[in-house]
Amino acid sequence: MSAAGARAQAAAGWAFVAPALTLIGVFFFLPVLAGLFLSVTDFDIYAIAAPQVARFVGLANYRHVLVDPVFWKALGNTLFFVLAGGPLSVVVSLGAALLVTSRLARAPALYRSVFFAPVVTTLVAMAVVWRYLYHPRYGLVNHALSFLGLPPVDWLGDPHWAMPAIVLLAVWRRFGYNMLILIAGLQSIPDELYEAAALDGAGWWARLRHVTIPNLAPTLLFVSVMTMIDLFQLFAEPYVMTQGGPLKATTSIVLLMYEEGFRWWRMGHAAAIAFVLFVITLAATMLQLRLQRERDA
Amino acid sequence: MRRGLAGLLVNVALALGALFTATPLLWMVSASFMPAGQASELPPRLLPNHPTLEHYATLFSRLDLARHLSNSLLIAIGSTLICVALCGMAGYAFAKLEFRGRERIFRLLVLGMLIPAQVGMLPLFLLLKGMGLVNTMAGVMIPMMAPIFGIFMVRQYALGIPRDLLDAARMDGASEGRLFWTIVVPTMRPILATLATFIFLSTWNDFLWPLIVLSDDARYTLPVALANLSGEHVQDTELMMAGAVLTVTPVLLVFLVLQRQYVRGLFLGSVKG
Repeated sequence: MSAAGARAQAAAGWAFVAPALTLIGVFFFLPVLAGLFLSVTDFDIYAIAAPQVARFVGLANYRHVLVDPVFWKALGNTLFFVLAGGPLSVVVSLGAALLVTSRLARAPALYRSVFFAPVVTTLVAMAVVWRYLYHPRYGLVNHALSFLGLPPVDWLGDPHWAMPAIVLLAVWRRFGYNMLILIAGLQSIPDELYEAAALDGAGWWARLRHVTIPNLAPTLLFVSVMTMIDLFQLFAEPYVMTQGGPLKATTSIVLLMYEEGFRWWRMGHAAAIAFVLFVITLAATMLQLRLQRERDA
Repeated sequence: MRRGLAGLLVNVALALGALFTATPLLWMVSASFMPAGQASELPPRLLPNHPTLEHYATLFSRLDLARHLSNSLLIAIGSTLICVALCGMAGYAFAKLEFRGRERIFRLLVLGMLIPAQVGMLPLFLLLKGMGLVNTMAGVMIPMMAPIFGIFMVRQYALGIPRDLLDAARMDGASEGRLFWTIVVPTMRPILATLATFIFLSTWNDFLWPLIVLSDDARYTLPVALANLSGEHVQDTELMMAGAVLTVTPVLLVFLVLQRQYVRGLFLGSVKG
């Protein structure tokens, strides 16, 4: 390549990346760094009008967050949501993927589309719908329970049931996503492995345990960690369905951050909560990368 | 015989699963056509006995949801177009154009993908407030205009464009801009379509950011307006179901039309980690 050509290419390269990089720099990296500064100030509603009144307070916001029982409640709720919803949705996704790819299934493409439909729906709209499905008197969920002879549950009004109810909605809305990824994983397992297992007289369960699961393990691990990282962002469901209640039973980290920051305008405090969320997500991602590296090694 | 039984089990499980999955959506549609109060009867009704369009009429007359529908459409279409243009150019440049610092910048961007969007939201809000962009469409669109994963997705695809194809055009004297427009864009069309579908759906469904940025009722996107209404109209089940149907229908339509692009996008998105 001529020197002029190389120069033209470099100029074009910069021109092509410049608009996107400017936006990302100004509206993403800059705010993230500023968030770090914000989290060590007492930025509040007065500072919004006159930023110069915000003072440096060191780690006071973090100290405050870490002794705040509501924060620990929100962290516990979020962890429950992640640790119950993550595995449950992966198990349901795996079941759906196995059924849809079964050679015995009729109309698998139709089922695949039905299972996937909730994924594209608007979460807020679905939270509104499910709030009525969970209605203690008129909701279909309790009606179905009574059909099975079970007593009604005050799903969103009982602190013990509100979070499980939200987990169920989350699983319903996202299992189709992981199902598709698992279907691709299942289809990449060579048929010969199943044929060999069948020759050895392995039944359905033995084939699942000794062929499917081991071969699918990397994909399962991947979707589990991705799902859990995603679930940490829980916000719209409690915002719409329970406003974080009853008795803070469904307050999540992001909901707490939103309320501190945008309802009470305690921005410094909210920024500290945001960084705690960041650290947790980062730890989960590192774990994922590490597991992946071990697998590849 | 055993095989027949297994087939029966598989298909019964599929049918039950589909029933569970589809029921909330079907009930939403059905209840939206029920006269007021009919969704709160015992035993619960599955179908309206006198189907009515009154709630849809109310949405468009009294509640003026057409305004929110057009806000949502403008924001989703605007972000999609800008994102496809910017990520298309940047993704291609990171894959195929030699310039100093390219690898280092790209590595920094990939690290940035590890940071959840919420971390920057508070300062971003203050920044937009300073720029006068709070409570504007542009303010809502900004985070979706150049998402890092969009650049990443396009770059992975553009890496596969054969070098010879580009060099041949350069030999013919095409400028880099012309080359991009006449050769690169047509080659990248599949990934750009995937990206467009993906961005349209995520912008439409987004909730937290528009909720933060928009303070004026009239500017709300459909999901924000719906969440707001559902607080005021808790008792109006049928009306809220009509609102939910209205919110979900555009994305379901886009999905049905562009299903293949979207699904491929999911796979590309899923390898980002």
